[in-house]
Amino acid sequence: MRRNVSLWAGIVLVGLVVGVALVSFAWTPHDPLLVDASVRLLGPGGEYVFGTDKLGRDLASQLMVGARTTLYVGVVAVGIAALIGTPLGVLAGMGANWLGELIMRTSDLVLAFPALLLAIMLGAVYGASTLTAMIAIGIATVPSFARIARAGTLQVVSTEYVLAARAGGRSRWWIAVRHVLPNISGIVVVQSSVSFAIAVLAEAALSFLGFGTAPPTPSWGRMLQESQELLAVEPRLALIPGAAIAIAVLGFNLLGDGLRDRFDPRLEVRR
Amino acid sequence: MISVSELERTYRRPRTSLTGRRPEVAALRGVSFDIAKGERFGIVGESGSGKSTLVRLLAALDRPTAGTVSFDGRRVDDLPERELGFLRSRLQIVFQDPMGSLDPRMRVRDIISEPLGRSRDRYERVRELLDAVGLPGDSGERYPHQFSGGQRQRISLARALAPRPRVLVADEAVSALDVLVRKQILELVDELVQRYELTLVFVSHDLDVVRRVCDTVAVMRHGEIVELGAVAEVYDAPQHPYTRELIAAAPNLTAALSRLEEE
Amino acid sequence: MTLLAVEDLGITAGGSPLVEDVSFAIEPGERVGLIGASGSGKSLTASAVMGLLPEGLTAYGSVRFGDRELLGAGERELSRLRGKDITMVFQEPMTALNPSMRVGKQVAEAMLLHRTRDRRAASKDAVELLERVRLPEPERLARAYPHQLSGGQRQRVVLAIALANDPALLICDEPTTALDVTVQARILDVLADGVRERESALLFITHDLAVVATVCERVLVMNEGRIVESGPTRRVLSAPEHEYTARLLEASS
Repeated sequence: MRRNVSLWAGIVLVGLVVGVALVSFAWTPHDPLLVDASVRLLGPGGEYVFGTDKLGRDLASQLMVGARTTLYVGVVAVGIAALIGTPLGVLAGMGANWLGELIMRTSDLVLAFPALLLAIMLGAVYGASTLTAMIAIGIATVPSFARIARAGTLQVVSTEYVLAARAGGRSRWWIAVRHVLPNISGIVVVQSSVSFAIAVLAEAALSFLGFGTAPPTPSWGRMLQESQELLAVEPRLALIPGAAIAIAVLGFNLLGDGLRDRFDPRLEVRR
Repeated sequence: MISVSELERTYRRPRTSLTGRRPEVAALRGVSFDIAKGERFGIVGESGSGKSTLVRLLAALDRPTAGTVSFDGRRVDDLPERELGFLRSRLQIVFQDPMGSLDPRMRVRDIISEPLGRSRDRYERVRELLDAVGLPGDSGERYPHQFSGGQRQRISLARALAPRPRVLVADEAVSALDVLVRKQILELVDELVQRYELTLVFVSHDLDVVRRVCDTVAVMRHGEIVELGAVAEVYDAPQHPYTRELIAAAPNLTAALSRLEEE
Repeated sequence: MTLLAVEDLGITAGGSPLVEDVSFAIEPGERVGLIGASGSGKSLTASAVMGLLPEGLTAYGSVRFGDRELLGAGERELSRLRGKDITMVFQEPMTALNPSMRVGKQVAEAMLLHRTRDRRAASKDAVELLERVRLPEPERLARAYPHQLSGGQRQRVVLAIALANDPALLICDEPTTALDVTVQARILDVLADGVRERESALLFITHDLAVVATVCERVLVMNEGRIVESGPTRRVLSAPEHEYTARLLEASS
């Protein structure tokens, strides 16, 4: 039970982010996009919990709506990576030797290419938007999934139950669906939560650089970028979205760690 | 029933350097024998003798480098997977590891019915099979980890019998079991082979176990058969020095006890 | 004086008993076998003697080694004994060796750790020990890494480490189960000679009656966490008194 502390801490932190995002659909304290010069740079407390920014927008409301962007980015980027990477990895582990080599060498090539650079290039060609950023991050994360899926597949394929299934006349397709996928699902879930954290961070970095979410849609990364010029005067404007990013990233990493322990087959036997 | 001729299998080791050639290892070097219908054929050898490679080739789970394997008069060593359907139902294997050979995430009834496909009466057959291997009828609902090692081996046997095979291959099927459980499983194998008129191929490193269930035995070493004959002859009058060494090395309770008496 | 005295040893896992009422004694130089099926509690008993029970398990009763009580003794006191006065050989020789250290060094380290030799004597004696467990070309093999050795060779190295400090008690837990029969026969020879030369006592855990009859003078039979029978090997294995021993015997021959 002691081991599951990180799992529970992860669930609480991620739950916080998800909860805030859900609430923001129905209610925010103020309109996050409303520019009101009369309330510029108010300190925290009172009507504006976290204060306002240089345009008089409510920081708390922006943060809440920004959580949506963050989760959206994570889900789409990780979704792309997992849905492409996992089957590729299974294919590489079960297919002919040359096919496996081809898939793995290609994914090495992608892995060698910096994800942010890819995102910036795609942004330059197709225009900066949340979607291009997510697709770029997704593509760049495909190799991680292919890699762990292949490693897991090789392990499952070498077991005697797969040999028994083959001796029973089962096709490769059946073995992949009935034996390989269920048995590697644990490590894929773990990889997803870790990749989620990386995607959240990458979106923040891209928005900060101006290649991510376009204004006026609130995003934690862009809030950070806009706080830049006032960093010395109003550090609060950077600290608050910074803390939000840290909480989300930490939450997903803890969740990944906790899930890893839970899916560890050695622990499973004891349960 | 099964005929093996001049069978060879070499493996390539993974490259150890970028430029060097991949070293080759011969797992089987020219193995020939015939197994008659209804025979109980034992294969004895230590680790590295090539017996596991041989099992894979018999089941057409791997392809030989040279030589042929025939099943019921048909060559199976060069057939593509889609034409192996007849072999897949007529030859079944039971493996050593009673945990590793059952998918931990499947229910026992799905494990046993796996070779049956989606036929409607498959769970009916599962109950029949569970009964045949001496497991309670409600075992099908449970998962492999809820069973003991001996029970898991019974599940493996039930799965192997599901497609009504003609040949049962046991690959170190009792090696991981305790003496008492081993005895029960050996008796069960014996009974099932008789009841379903199976041809048995029994592979083991343990001479004693082979002696109990087989009538013919092949002794393997370094990828070759060094001695082949009726169990009684090979055990009582071994011809090859390696067979003699194996028999002498096997721990023998009676001999050890009489030695204690002398001391 | 009795070397090891185990009295009313019990082991529980959060309330459910795994081992109960286990009592036995081992005299100096005596070779004792502990036999039983897997799950009978024989390995747990050995772990309790070494103070190496897995987390979550607790032992009660008494384990006296010479005049010292081992149950409840501090980790520092136990680690002074382990590897010097009491040593252990496990079933799986690969995991018992450090894969990134040359085997000669690992044998020498066992002696340096307990300061039974100085540095120069340790590496010289390491090679000699490897020779005593009948490894071929001991000088060359001392410089090899574990993965370069066969399973039988590795188990000899493990045995050399266990014997390095002339232990008073050697505990072996299924040391030959993972090995081929021809290899097993040779290892048992080396083991029996090794303990005889040093006058070490031996606690040998196995499920194989023939092996125990080859190595031990006295046996303890365990079933479901209790010792059901004990006595001289020849008597127990030729005229068993307990029904369980009789069944084991019948299944083995």
